[in-house]
Amino acid sequence: MNNLTLIAGLLMLMAVAYQIGLMRSRAVARTDSERMHSRPVYYGWLVALWCGVPALFVFGLWSLLEPAVIRSIVIGALPAELADMPAQQVSVLMNRLGHIASGFGVAGEVAPWEAAAAEQLTRLQAISQLAKIALMASLAMAGVLMARRHIRPSLRARNHVEKVIAALLAICAGVAVLTTVGIVFSMFGEAMHFFSFVSPMEFFFGTTWNPRFSTTGAGGQGEFGLLPLLWGTLMVSIIALLVAVPIGLMTAIYMAEYAPSWLRSVAKPVIEVLAGIPTIVYGVFALMVVGPFFASVGDMLGIQIRATSALTAGFVMGVMIIPFVSSLSDDIITQVPQSLRDGSLGLGATRSETIRQVVLPAALPGIVGAFLLAASRAIGETMIVVLAAGNSPVLHANPLEAVSTVTVTIVNQLTGDTDFASPQSLVAFALGLTLFVITLALNVVALYIVRKYREQYD
Amino acid sequence: MSNETLSHRSIIQARVAKSLRKRHARERRFRVFGLAAVLAGLAFVALLFISILVRGLPAFWQATITAEVYFDPTLIQLEPRPVPREGETPQAFSEREIAWQSQLTMVNWNRILENSIIALKPELANSRRDVRALFTSSERFHLRDLVGNDPSLIGQRVTLDLVADANVDVWVRGNIDRSLPDSQQQLRPAVRALADELRAEGVLNIKFSKALFTNPDSRSSPASAGLAGAFMGSLFMMLIVIFLAVPVGVASAIYLEEFAPRNKITDLVEVNINNLAAVPSIVFGLLGAAIFINWFRLPLSAPLVGGLVLSLMTLPTVIIATRASLKAVPPSIRHAALALGASRVQAVFHHVLPLAIPGVLTGAIIGVAQALGETAPLLLIGMNAFVANIPTTPFDQSTALPVQIFLWQGNELRNFFEARTSAAIIVLLTMMISLNALAIWLRKKFERRW
Repeated sequence: MNNLTLIAGLLMLMAVAYQIGLMRSRAVARTDSERMHSRPVYYGWLVALWCGVPALFVFGLWSLLEPAVIRSIVIGALPAELADMPAQQVSVLMNRLGHIASGFGVAGEVAPWEAAAAEQLTRLQAISQLAKIALMASLAMAGVLMARRHIRPSLRARNHVEKVIAALLAICAGVAVLTTVGIVFSMFGEAMHFFSFVSPMEFFFGTTWNPRFSTTGAGGQGEFGLLPLLWGTLMVSIIALLVAVPIGLMTAIYMAEYAPSWLRSVAKPVIEVLAGIPTIVYGVFALMVVGPFFASVGDMLGIQIRATSALTAGFVMGVMIIPFVSSLSDDIITQVPQSLRDGSLGLGATRSETIRQVVLPAALPGIVGAFLLAASRAIGETMIVVLAAGNSPVLHANPLEAVSTVTVTIVNQLTGDTDFASPQSLVAFALGLTLFVITLALNVVALYIVRKYREQYD
Repeated sequence: MSNETLSHRSIIQARVAKSLRKRHARERRFRVFGLAAVLAGLAFVALLFISILVRGLPAFWQATITAEVYFDPTLIQLEPRPVPREGETPQAFSEREIAWQSQLTMVNWNRILENSIIALKPELANSRRDVRALFTSSERFHLRDLVGNDPSLIGQRVTLDLVADANVDVWVRGNIDRSLPDSQQQLRPAVRALADELRAEGVLNIKFSKALFTNPDSRSSPASAGLAGAFMGSLFMMLIVIFLAVPVGVASAIYLEEFAPRNKITDLVEVNINNLAAVPSIVFGLLGAAIFINWFRLPLSAPLVGGLVLSLMTLPTVIIATRASLKAVPPSIRHAALALGASRVQAVFHHVLPLAIPGVLTGAIIGVAQALGETAPLLLIGMNAFVANIPTTPFDQSTALPVQIFLWQGNELRNFFEARTSAAIIVLLTMMISLNALAIWLRKKFERRW
């Protein structure tokens, strides 16, 4: 009986318990002269909850503790000469015992003490499984009986059930928080692990990126300098913003101030389509269309432009964030009070003068916030740069050459065989932490600015 | 005197008129810039879609050889398929079954394929190697499976559509420069001539490619590589997102919007969710690699892990959308329910939530569409492995549609896979656009203004 059937069985028991509660409450309602506090469904639910929740709790606790307990018993019973084995060998041995116990067979001869330990492992697992089932079943039964006995008109079943529902909702809200905590802790933990190989000074201020392969082993550890990657990220993001900000901002101004409503209702959703297209599609577009186009333009002008370069990646990324800039700026420009425009127009300014000298300065903080959000988007973007930036982690200032970015390097270091003990893989987490901190800071500042701006005109 | 003022005024007027001309010109320029920006945005959308459609649409059709295949009994010497005997153990039966299967595979299916063309052109009987190069290498398994499923075919003549080799497809469609010298061509001169001949005779046609939709990825036989495996992987992940991210997201939104007390902790949760929505997707991939793979030891490349990672990523989207639609339900509804004696839970679940459902669904669908197109986090949990089978459970190795695009764009057989990549993009975009259209339709149909 595996865990899935166990849970299914428990759910079935809960359904039965619900019916028991329902029937019991109806019976009580008929015999008792007093009016029941809650409707019958709530008594049903209450009994079902008493049946399921304690058993589920035990199940969770058991599944959490069982492997560790069994492991320590098995290790305790191993022959004495194996007592001071290093931790890594112990886990290898436990894997081997697990394979022997499950009957899959292992490489090499099975020593008699191994066979004994494996047999003990099997026996312990069987005992534990039986004990778990017995405990869960008896808890479920006890819960049903107790809850059923307590059903009487004065029992505030609805309030109890609703408390459980509210708790459940709160737990769900906690998942989002847990995700953040998980991100921070996993990245921080693995990054610390990485910094035990490479000093933080070398990582944050190193100017060479040459991690080598983890398999070669010899010849030192390689160099993990963050600066070339950060510079590449910066260059691509700046190019992206140079494309997206003028186009996005002018689009927003035109849409908000000039466009007739028919154009607005057509063009706005069409441009926003750009935001919904998966980034891998932009990547392929950059690789197949934009890169070769730039390269041939370069040929015509007599300068060498590589097909995969910071320019290609930045340009396509800029196209991707146009709708981001334009819709945020549009919101902010339409929030500027009409009275400001009317005042300016009344003094004889043309519309463009009003926009440039009155509306935009008034909207500036919000627009800056929008740019920062767009920048954080660009910095965290992965697929476009993986495909179109050319992956060459060298410090140089030429946007027509290939570069590498933080995100590209994370992908390169962590795909293929992931070995969580080598700095070559672990560096991905240090890079991820850097990325996370940068985007978080940009977002916090941007949201703060945007919110401040909203308050100004609300 | 008056003359002086007059001239003075006219000077001013002239100056104003001049500056006005300048200012109006500037106004027109500004307006043109704005229009140009809008047109540039529209042009990018058009360019993107047109370039993908132009490249990808042809790949839905591929070179197919229609020939009469003779399942020659002298070549296919096969015992009848074993049936369970009375009193036979299942193990003994499966041994006989396996023996029969290997007998089936040992048949020289390539020869049967070659014969189908040689029957048309007897003069080719001595150049079987050239004939075989016409077919993609998995077509022999196609014939094997046909006979395996229906042994009565042996001895019959059946007209079949057989997928041509990828290089033949490239050649007959002119996707390679025909004037290149032999050393740079992918096919031998004899095969190229034969392909042209068959094309002229109507044996080799460009037909709709079923392989693209029914086959998993393939390395040895690129012409038959399809999207079915990636599609199933994506489907499993989307199911996990729907059953995990949507309920949890809706529940947390209900808690935050309707039940949570306003204090420091809930403020923190709110800020946290807003920031989570802006965390780069690749960071979620790192989280998946560190927690699900390294810590919980879940299998690499499994849609289960992919689905979990994408669920965490979609969660903020669902929460934010649900909160917005809960906020849009006027408080009078809650007050009416509470005044009639409903508890807060009843007011929310019986009255507020049903009214907010359209908005919740829209948010959920948009979140799922977003998850469907996400690539970067999946690369970090091993979903970019080459998988030649269609996964049947969420625990099997698998890829996903966007990852398949990533893998195909890197294939060395450029002039064949460039089109396939674009075709895969068309499939992915079609799915995403239909999901978004569904969301818009739902919103239009059920939207209520209070």
